[in-house]
Amino acid sequence: MADQTTTLDVGTQQLPARPGQERGTLTGWIQDLVYTVDHKKLGILYVGTALLFLVLGGIMAMLIRAQLAFPNGHVVTPQTFNRLITMHGTVMIFWVAMPLAFGMANYLVPLMIGARDMAFPRLNAFSFWLTFFGGCLLFFSYVGAPGLYGSGSAPAVAWMAIAPLTSRAFSVGPSTDYWSLSLLVTGIGSVTGALNIMVTIFCYRTKGMTLSRMPLFVWMTVTTMFLVLVFLPPLSAAQIMLTLQRYLGAKFFDTQAGGSAILWQHFFWIFGHPEVYILVLPAFGVISEVVPVFSRKPIFGYPMMVAASVLIGLISAGVWAHHMFTVGLTAFGVTFFGVATLMISVPTGIKIFNWLATIYGGKIRLEVPMVFAIAFLFQFLIAGLTGVMLGVAPFDWQLNDSYFVIAHFHYVIVGGILFAVFAFFYYWYPKVFGRMLDKKLGFWHFWLFTIGFHLTFDPQHFAGILGMPRRIYTYHPGRGWELWNFISSVGGIFQALGIIFFVYNLFWSARKGKVAGDDPWDAWTLEWMTTSPPADYNFERLPEIRSRRPLWDLKHPDDPDWKFE
Amino acid sequence: MIFVILTESALFTIFVVAYLFYIGKSLVPPYPHQVLHFPWLGSILLFGSSGTIIVSENHLKKGSISGFHLWWGITFAAGVGFLLWTINEWMHLIYQEGLTISTNLFGSTFYSLVGLHASHVLVGAFLLGLILFMSLTGRIRHYHHEHIEMISWYWHFVDCVWLVVITVVYIISASS
Repeated sequence: MADQTTTLDVGTQQLPARPGQERGTLTGWIQDLVYTVDHKKLGILYVGTALLFLVLGGIMAMLIRAQLAFPNGHVVTPQTFNRLITMHGTVMIFWVAMPLAFGMANYLVPLMIGARDMAFPRLNAFSFWLTFFGGCLLFFSYVGAPGLYGSGSAPAVAWMAIAPLTSRAFSVGPSTDYWSLSLLVTGIGSVTGALNIMVTIFCYRTKGMTLSRMPLFVWMTVTTMFLVLVFLPPLSAAQIMLTLQRYLGAKFFDTQAGGSAILWQHFFWIFGHPEVYILVLPAFGVISEVVPVFSRKPIFGYPMMVAASVLIGLISAGVWAHHMFTVGLTAFGVTFFGVATLMISVPTGIKIFNWLATIYGGKIRLEVPMVFAIAFLFQFLIAGLTGVMLGVAPFDWQLNDSYFVIAHFHYVIVGGILFAVFAFFYYWYPKVFGRMLDKKLGFWHFWLFTIGFHLTFDPQHFAGILGMPRRIYTYHPGRGWELWNFISSVGGIFQALGIIFFVYNLFWSARKGKVAGDDPWDAWTLEWMTTSPPADYNFERLPEIRSRRPLWDLKHPDDPDWKFE
Repeated sequence: MIFVILTESALFTIFVVAYLFYIGKSLVPPYPHQVLHFPWLGSILLFGSSGTIIVSENHLKKGSISGFHLWWGITFAAGVGFLLWTINEWMHLIYQEGLTISTNLFGSTFYSLVGLHASHVLVGAFLLGLILFMSLTGRIRHYHHEHIEMISWYWHFVDCVWLVVITVVYIISASS
């Protein structure tokens, strides 16, 4: 990477076409995607996979909401309902949010740090295909799981698969094995992917791109990938133990042989809570890129933002048992995990204030990415506040496993992460496909989805406070839950409409959208220096980086950033 | 490689924690102090191989391929020897002592932890064998020492894990 400033004569060479790989044909196109080791194509594949599973998981959510819309509902059977909640949770976390995190990092990180590709391109392809086939394996349970036993279909153990529900006695047939094995496969893919991204960031930065000049998105990715490396193996370990228990008769979580069902919960949440930060930190990264560009100001408090992310990463290691206040921890345990949970809201709060300070006094452009980012700020704030409430143990004893918890984490994952992901789409789509996403359709998407989101998840707080437990199949009338559930289900329809606008926009704009040009947003990070879409080799030449906003320096040679940093 | 070691350590940590957590919780015998003997032979082989691999590396850096062959071969032999020792120990435990993975919690945690470590030794021995083969066919030169060093790091890591396993399994649990 030492000599990136020399011009390479790669653009003019035509590679000889392999048989069946004529450009432009469908088979050629598929072959191109299957054979590729290019970080940009793999990034698109990751994000495409995530979108596919998002639609599948969304359909499941719609079925759940249809079932719960009215008391005594019978839209699906109880068994199907249990499968739906399991599959919805698992798919949304592991095959929507995680591939999105990896897809965004894959596409953007090498471009942002001025590298030509990832450190290990073939390992990168390997990671993606493991993730993809892991998802296929999970969904194959619908067909494959009845198997020889004649019972079971998709897993029905809820996404956290609490022991001893997963033991052979209670989960007959191989459906639960599909769950654990698919997570194991995807886990390996995630760890190798994280390794790759870490090595890329630490070894492949372009000349002058010191750690303190990296875009914030890259910093958030570093923290995310560190968390993946450290906290995904516990999940894999737990899955290995579970599989040993189910196939070889090991006793890990078997209470009748002295084993502990609580230990499963500890192992699961040691992974499970850092996982939340694995998902949300890339979202923070997106917001940290979008907000400054559309406020026309550099990010406020760059060093504090970096420190806050790293702190979040570190503290997240010590908060897992706040998911387990109700299992009966010791007084010390409750205090420790409660305090740690409240502490983690401090760096998160710092971030919120820094984004606000960036917007404050800025020359705001209300483009689609920016409105999604602003909605993110509001919604993530509320999600954080309910998180603080749940971090207080007595409050949690009252509301654990109620719809209040459901509302809280959907506020984080939908209101926070998914909104940031939409901002990501509208902001970087022009770079990826060379055309702008349509603004009018974008605003339709924004308003439908925002209204739908609030209709769905705001009432769930109230249903939860009124005592509605999570994972229930149906409920009797007269408990005060009917109205909230009905509104919630109606909101789902609005969200689905929003998604339809969004997906239509993605396909429509790829052909008919306004041509974007290299730098449609007048942005400052390196990816906007190359063509849209970027060439296979990313950059022909790069200047030496001298500040955090290299493109600003180029555009304003009279007033460069490096004079002030 | 640092990151590989980091993530592998996280994996081992969970199995170690499970082992420690379940010490003394087994409801039926055999218990650790009845069946476990301190692994002198296995430990000498494994810890010794950490030394020989360093000697071997130094030979390579100095450009002495034959010295590299000799010491690398010894390291490989020690790795294989450790695996054979493990097979012997497990055969003894399974057939003489009647301890399997489904006997009790001790069996479950013991075989999963020691087995995970042994599988890492297996991978390491495979890598060592591969390098030995490539080297004997003349494909390793002294400028490959940085690549070789990575394998050496992995091997040292496996060694360190063995130190933890000895402490936890053969010292703490066998004496309680």
